[in-house]
Amino acid sequence: MYKIIKKKSLNPTVSLMEIEAPLIAKKAEPGQFIIFRAKEDSERVPLTIADYDREKGTVTIIYQIVGGSTMELDTLNEGESLHDFVGPLGKPSETDGLKKVAVIGGGVGCAIAYPIAKKLNALGCEVHSIAGFRNKDLVILEDEFRKVSSELHIMTDDGSYGKKGLVTNALEELIQNGNQYDEVIAIGPLVMMKFVCLLTKKYNIKTIVSMNPIMIDGTGMCGGCRLTVGGKTKFACVDGPDFDGHQVDFDEAMHRGTMYREFESHARESACNLMKQEDNKNG
Amino acid sequence: MAKNMNLQKCPMPVQEPDIRKNNFDEVALGYTYEMALEEAKRCLNCKNKPCRSACPVSIDIPAFIERVVNEDMEGAYEIISQSSSLPAVCGRVCPQERQCESKCVRGLKGESVGIGRLERFVADWHREHSKNAPKLPVSNGHKVAIIGSGPSGLTAAGDLAKLGYKVTVYEALHLAGGVLVYGIPEFRLPKIIVQKEIDNLKAIGVDIETNMVIGKVLTIDELFEMGNEAIYIGTGAGLPRFMNIPGESFKGVYSANEYLTRINLMKAYKKGAKTPISHGKNVAVVGGGNVAMDAARCAMRMGAENVYIVYRRSMNELPARKEEVEHAQEEGIIFRTLTNPVEILGDESGMVSGIKCVEMELGEPDASGRRSPVEKPDSEFSIDVDTVIMAIGTSPNPLIRSTTPGLETNKKGCIVTDGENGLTSREGVYAGGDAVTGAATVILAMGAGKAAAKAIDEYIKNKE
Repeated sequence: MYKIIKKKSLNPTVSLMEIEAPLIAKKAEPGQFIIFRAKEDSERVPLTIADYDREKGTVTIIYQIVGGSTMELDTLNEGESLHDFVGPLGKPSETDGLKKVAVIGGGVGCAIAYPIAKKLNALGCEVHSIAGFRNKDLVILEDEFRKVSSELHIMTDDGSYGKKGLVTNALEELIQNGNQYDEVIAIGPLVMMKFVCLLTKKYNIKTIVSMNPIMIDGTGMCGGCRLTVGGKTKFACVDGPDFDGHQVDFDEAMHRGTMYREFESHARESACNLMKQEDNKNG
Repeated sequence: MAKNMNLQKCPMPVQEPDIRKNNFDEVALGYTYEMALEEAKRCLNCKNKPCRSACPVSIDIPAFIERVVNEDMEGAYEIISQSSSLPAVCGRVCPQERQCESKCVRGLKGESVGIGRLERFVADWHREHSKNAPKLPVSNGHKVAIIGSGPSGLTAAGDLAKLGYKVTVYEALHLAGGVLVYGIPEFRLPKIIVQKEIDNLKAIGVDIETNMVIGKVLTIDELFEMGNEAIYIGTGAGLPRFMNIPGESFKGVYSANEYLTRINLMKAYKKGAKTPISHGKNVAVVGGGNVAMDAARCAMRMGAENVYIVYRRSMNELPARKEEVEHAQEEGIIFRTLTNPVEILGDESGMVSGIKCVEMELGEPDASGRRSPVEKPDSEFSIDVDTVIMAIGTSPNPLIRSTTPGLETNKKGCIVTDGENGLTSREGVYAGGDAVTGAATVILAMGAGKAAAKAIDEYIKNKE
């Protein structure tokens, strides 16, 4: 069992948990992920590691409540435990030799982008961060990003905070202002990563994306997380989750991501109903 | 005692096909006490024991059958368990017709003795009747780590624990058992039986640590630093293979590993399970091994109307266990042999809509000795399906080889071992099962675990 040391709401649908997992904390690197099961009969769900504290022996995860499994996770509180927590899985993000990098996070993807920005900053790399959200209420990790970036650009779809526009608008402006990046790292919704890649391809800047496909075991057994990268079948769990964004077939990944959409919305509904019943009982 | 000279095996009761194809309960129901006695009397107890030499773990078969004849079931169990750690499992999943039973003298004229069925009976009898608690072995003060809790790892763990070693088994998934729990379906191997075997190992002092991905959370070198004197790698088969034909990323295309894992490990076959799965009406399973049969029969039980086995050679070359093929046929699985997929078709929403195949014919024998299939010109045709399951094997998992300096692997990525004892290129590191051979059978993996346990024991003793 893996104890929840801290739980904090970051915005109405996104929360943070610090989990006691000393062995994983000892090895975790930015870009890697864990798989959790909230309860004994829960699904296995992959989540990228948002932070870790090797001395305290904790791993931080940030999750958005999107379906039955994350709802179930969210029912657990400080002091309670997750049934299963396994990792660190996947390959760490490559940070060697980078001097100037644009790190882009979209929505809850910021939770994955942040530890990479933090590590790059610690290695002496100049980090320009761009964080995009739908609106002001959804902004997360602003202070954290600011601490590790020499520039932070917050973009919102409706202009309610930062600048109005998409992360690609901010990136293009930075490039046009003469910033030369060794690499762009983009983590967020598939469609965002796709358009960042289309843009950076135009400017011929190497771009790394972090893929988060459907997955079961996360150790190279089930093959559910397969993607086409450079025309070849790759497995996000052992070959990734980071890939060269210019090689990834995003359209295919988007298609495959919808495989269980109907099932998920049913699961969400029934989880909601269960919780309502609980509330009624308790209230 | 009078021998039973009946040419046929005493048949084993099974669930009727029309009933069982709608449930996940065990298909074969096992012998009754009387049936077991009857069948045991067919064994001639011949001196040179050809059956025993054809058993990958060399069970003294005539000796245990003789005990059955004498109605000493516990004695029979003891003889089997001297050689096998998982008799209830092997009695159910071994390809006996290619091993022990293939050499049985009774098979020269008529059917061989039903060795597998008797093994199963003895193991089940023991589980249900024995009150003998497993004895905790005397510790010898040495520590060994086993990676993987599948049949190979469990066998090595059992043998080493019985010799007094402190054994820790590391399992990557949340549940121990490896392929016995994520791969082989409930109707062929009830999970309660696997659990019981694992409980037996725990009772003799084996520690099982789940959620531990060796190569990630701990490396082989760190396992040595923790005081283990030898390590056995039994990590099993790896990444599923695909055919690299167009359409394999359409929604509704599964690897057999994923499909079976969802159903077995994640229990998608149970009502109200949280793990989603496609309930295909028309399902094509590509491949002809046990995994393909398991996937096809699961699809039938998940409510499919038509399930096709698409296999490029003929019925004679099917690598699956004979009984599984027969059971699949009885359940209405349609065998499209001498058929090879060339493309998976999809509709505008990206869902699978069919599988385009070509007809094949058998040509000259290939390196494996099997006649290799050759495409017939202009023979293309399509089958309408909404789900395709690829069961064409696996390639080795990279997690350990990529984090263990000095561990030699071959071109395919399988761990290279020295001869039969499983020693790798690293001192104190042994390996066996699918991680070494590529996808094979439970019993071969067990045989490798057994040989390695013996070699590890000798290695540690000689070090002193």
